[in-house]
Amino acid sequence: MTETVLPTRAEKRKFSVDMRALSPFIALIVLIIAGALINPDFLTASNLLNVVTRSAFIAIIAVGATFVIAGGGLDLSVGSMAALIAGVMILTLNNLGGGDVGTLAVGLLAAIALGAACGLANGLIVTFGRIEPFIVTLGTMGIFRSLVIWLAAGGTITMRNFELRELYRPVYFGSVFGIPYPIIAFLVVAAVGALILYRTSFGRHVVALGSNEDVARYSGVPIWRVRTLTYIIQGICVGIAVLVYVPRLGSATPTTGLLWELQAITAVVIGGTALKGGIGRVWGTVVGAVILELVANIMVLSNFVSEFLVGAVQGAIIIIAMLVQRSVHRGR
Amino acid sequence: MDSVLRAENISKSFGPIEVLSGISLDLRPGEVHAVIGENGAGKSTLMRILSGHLPPTKGGLHLNGQPITFSGPVDAEAHGIVLVHQEILLAPDLTVAQNLFLGREIRRFGFVDDKAMRERARAILRELGTTIDPDREVSRLSIADRQLVQIARALLVPHKVVAFDEPTAVLTPIEAESLFEIIRKLRSQGVAVLYISHRLNEVKAVADRVTVLRDGRHIATRDIEGLEPLEMARLMVGRDMSKLYPEKPETASDQIVLTVRDMAVPGYVENASFTLRRGEILGFGGLIGAGRTELFEGIVGLRSSQGTVTLDDRNVHFRDAREAMAAGIVYLSEDRKGKGLLLQQNLRINLSLAALDKFTSGSFIDVGAEEKALDRAIKDFDIRTRSRDLLAGQLSGGNQQKLLLAKMMLLEPRIVIIDEPTRGVDIGTKEQIYRFIASLAAEGKAVIVISSEMQELIGLCHRVVVMRNGRVVGEVPQADLSEDAIVYLATGVHEERAAEIAAGHA
Repeated sequence: MTETVLPTRAEKRKFSVDMRALSPFIALIVLIIAGALINPDFLTASNLLNVVTRSAFIAIIAVGATFVIAGGGLDLSVGSMAALIAGVMILTLNNLGGGDVGTLAVGLLAAIALGAACGLANGLIVTFGRIEPFIVTLGTMGIFRSLVIWLAAGGTITMRNFELRELYRPVYFGSVFGIPYPIIAFLVVAAVGALILYRTSFGRHVVALGSNEDVARYSGVPIWRVRTLTYIIQGICVGIAVLVYVPRLGSATPTTGLLWELQAITAVVIGGTALKGGIGRVWGTVVGAVILELVANIMVLSNFVSEFLVGAVQGAIIIIAMLVQRSVHRGR
Repeated sequence: MDSVLRAENISKSFGPIEVLSGISLDLRPGEVHAVIGENGAGKSTLMRILSGHLPPTKGGLHLNGQPITFSGPVDAEAHGIVLVHQEILLAPDLTVAQNLFLGREIRRFGFVDDKAMRERARAILRELGTTIDPDREVSRLSIADRQLVQIARALLVPHKVVAFDEPTAVLTPIEAESLFEIIRKLRSQGVAVLYISHRLNEVKAVADRVTVLRDGRHIATRDIEGLEPLEMARLMVGRDMSKLYPEKPETASDQIVLTVRDMAVPGYVENASFTLRRGEILGFGGLIGAGRTELFEGIVGLRSSQGTVTLDDRNVHFRDAREAMAAGIVYLSEDRKGKGLLLQQNLRINLSLAALDKFTSGSFIDVGAEEKALDRAIKDFDIRTRSRDLLAGQLSGGNQQKLLLAKMMLLEPRIVIIDEPTRGVDIGTKEQIYRFIASLAAEGKAVIVISSEMQELIGLCHRVVVMRNGRVVGEVPQADLSEDAIVYLATGVHEERAAEIAAGHA
């Protein structure tokens, strides 16, 4: 069978593949232009830094979600997990009682460890229990959420040591060379995430698993290990996000992290990662998280739509993102 | 005699590849017209065009002498042309009656009328000479019964032309015979039957006329009178059969590398034992569903299994494919698209997936080394691709198989198990794959070929082990290799005897 070169078709395909990767960046540029036209205050450095800082928690969580979703899984528990980790971390700090750097370090490590443990639990139940990740994480979402309500006895868990609060505060409010720490944290997490997903064999295995689990299994990919690891990475990312989040308010409540899972999934999907797995775009995810926050910011700065409708607009965005993905996919 | 459906100069191209060129065919009422040809000859494409699943690129169809264009299979059905698919396309959790009427439920006051549908289902199944319970779930039926349900579903609509696409691939000779009964009954009712197969003995038993396709071209249309299977084979292959298969390398040694004893895969295989020697090509024959695939998936750890597997002088038990690969055993699945390749990923990612450890330096993948390996694979395995950025799913079946071979050979295995190596592969590529398999044996590797094509087993293998109903029932040494010997072991019935049974029913 001979296959002659068909330049037109190859070009067309290349163009549409690029479209998928590029569309979140194009959307970002369009939003920035729109924002600048609507309100001159939008394009100031302080406003933009503020927007990106606010998007940091979701972006960091969404980087982890990129691994889970690219591997063909789903994690609905991240919002509740964040609340639980925040609560446990504050309680740990309060119990240690000190106001020094050592105490803080122990608290931070506890947060990361708990995140990894929660992810491990999700991963093991999904792999060894052979239950749909949707159901598993729906279950753990309820468990984590009610644990934090129980720990807080329905109220608020607050950092009691004043010195410690002052020590910890700059992690959210501080900056180096004018760049706030949360932005640095999220760029580092994204860079490490991209490195792992694109350049290691583990990352390749995640994509293979999400593309077709059977092919991965028949190719000798250790699918249980790979899948469990994606959930652990998700848990660690949630832990890191909490580290940046806690100093903002210094407390955890039963409503901390509410609906973060939906925002994280939205960011991942806007970023071009395929919800059915097999394609993962870390930088797209980062842009997706920023877009979500930008939309909210533009709505606050403009008078077209009430800012109470932010959730509705974000909901519409995920649907539009899916429609765009599908039409790009068909164009192949 | 006037034809009911006529195809005139039909051509079909997929992209730059022409798979059918200038085919003409006429179907008369009350005849069984067989279309034969090797895999990749274009039989299935022709059938899909005649039944409205595909539009022809050139040429046209005539129904009762009038030119006609079908907008799709539903339109073709409305004109009385129905196709019985090769694969079973039924909803497994629905009952037989629910499947028969799926999408065309009988309604009463807006609600489905289960009673009426059950009655109609029972009637039509009885007409087909079977006693399948209409209330049984399809998942609990045997493959042969599922095929009958599929036929019943096709015959439920008023039909003038019924097309069967390789209907006996999953049937035992006895089951096939009851299918021929149904076909003869259809013929006596004045229906035109189009029968696609590459099993020549059954074509001889059931057909009135035969059209031969080869490499997408029309070779001949003959009456069955005076056309013997041997002549059909000559027309189908169009060349000396011995040229298709390479010389069998004289490398089969006495050194046993793999011994399998009392292997059991729950639900599929019991008590399977065999040995494999260095430099040998060992064939595994049997009907589809005999448990060959499951046996080897059990051995390499892709299914749970019990039994003793001795590699060299060591007992081994693999828990997953990774362990088997580490021990030097690779298994190439028959389901290339579902289990062999990531269709949505490019060639490079597919090629290195199983042997990724060979491409990592430190913790990172060396993409440059991957690209070099792809260059080598494209050259060594003659993978024909118009661009190296293509996705695996955009390659033709033959090139996908070559890519899968290249992928698994990166693991440098000692034992290679290839399941249906040439399914869906065109004849030119077949020859290349056969030569490649022979060269593996010549290099001293041990090769196992699982195939449902008798000719392939005979032309390629040193020995053939035959399975039936999940058991190893015998072994045919090189000197005795013949289609009849394999068929006898695979079915428990001599081919002549099956033909006699067929003749007795006619």
